[in-house]
Amino acid sequence: MVEPKIKKSLHKRNDNLSDPKEQLRILNNGLFSGGELPTFKEKIKESGYATFTPKALEILQINVGYMCNQVCAHCHVDAGPDRKEIMTRETMQQCLEVIKNSGAHTLDLTGGAPEMNPNFRWFVEEASKLGVKDFIVRSNLTIIRANKKYYDLPDFFKQYNIHVVSSMPHWTRGKTDKQRGNGVFDASIKALQELNERGYGMPGSNLKLDLVYNPSGAFLPSGQEAMKKEFKKALLEDFDIQFHDLFAITNLPISRFLEYLIASENYEDYMYALVEAYNPAAVANVMCTNTLSVSWDGWLYDCDFNQMLDLKVASKVQHISEYNEAILQNRQIVISQHCYGCTAGAGSSCQGTVA
Amino acid sequence: MSKTYYDPSDLRKFGKITEWSEELGEKFFEYYGKVFEEGALSAREKALIALAVAHTEQCPYCIDAYTKDTLERGVTKEEMMEAVHVGAAIKSGATLVHGVMMMNKVNKLDL
Repeated sequence: MVEPKIKKSLHKRNDNLSDPKEQLRILNNGLFSGGELPTFKEKIKESGYATFTPKALEILQINVGYMCNQVCAHCHVDAGPDRKEIMTRETMQQCLEVIKNSGAHTLDLTGGAPEMNPNFRWFVEEASKLGVKDFIVRSNLTIIRANKKYYDLPDFFKQYNIHVVSSMPHWTRGKTDKQRGNGVFDASIKALQELNERGYGMPGSNLKLDLVYNPSGAFLPSGQEAMKKEFKKALLEDFDIQFHDLFAITNLPISRFLEYLIASENYEDYMYALVEAYNPAAVANVMCTNTLSVSWDGWLYDCDFNQMLDLKVASKVQHISEYNEAILQNRQIVISQHCYGCTAGAGSSCQGTVA
Repeated sequence: MSKTYYDPSDLRKFGKITEWSEELGEKFFEYYGKVFEEGALSAREKALIALAVAHTEQCPYCIDAYTKDTLERGVTKEEMMEAVHVGAAIKSGATLVHGVMMMNKVNKLDL
């Protein structure tokens, strides 16, 4: 049984930080309004990015709902069992039209736990008929063990050759459960073993299983390759588990991670660390340049983080129902101080480091 | 003037030491950077050595920096504490082994 450390989402607690405007107020003031630190806009201008525009669309990331069986301490979606927002079949149908007609080669389903949307399996079946090159489902792993109705998910994933990308904060129980709730580590290990049994993550297998590493605290991820080596060694030795790749992702100072940074008095130091680690080489390849993010209710965003801050695309086309790639390609990407998270060090995206 | 000798925010200013002696400062940082690159030892192993030495040197800035650095590299708190004990063992052993010098001197001087 998974027992979360935090019991409820910010949304359910009616916390001020559940309002994206309040998060943006914090991000835009303090260190950044007094000139102590340069704003992200100023910083990228120094690196020659007077305007920040998208390249050709490659990845369509669809958030099919904020409902989740976990309440992770760092969750930027503020997901949890108490979040009821889920994508309707009608909006999914609109997404399918876009998948059919857009230039995106990668479809990336996320949540919450995307599998908890009652239309999830129908959507996967329909979308898989459209022949996307890389069909990703971001699974939190524990959902596979959460309830009998999800036990067959590994077989379902295999049937549609789904690329499974799963969060795993550490190869030890203590660090994992601290971030994601008691019992998460054991359930995740069991789920990984079940995926391995189906051939997922095995050397040479085309059933792709990748892990995502987020630091379990107010520090940045370091050396994706070295971290991958440590994960591979420990998971193989301790649990006979194999996986393909590991993506190191920086925690962005929004939502519940922002709550944690403020409560633990780490906010200022963390923002200094992000700005200090700013890497101009990462700017060109951050995910917002080739990705579009769709929310559960069909609104379009430059990335998942902008979605959570309700910073919609700066375009006259803002909803999946009126999707027009040519018009969307001409937009400017919307930025704020949280963007430092994607340009720190080796950079960070849903596919790991970018520089 | 600060009321304490150590100010945590001074760590952020470490790079500024090059301002008063550019050539020597830059040479130091070049050397420093090179030392911590992946080599025969991994950067993770080097970070753990640095953490242990930071404690034996009792440098608060270094403890701050290398605690963070080891966390960033996925090092667990158990590994960190073991590294500190290695430093402590060497430090106490180094003190104690000088006891032989004392014993030698006593044996020479004492009737």
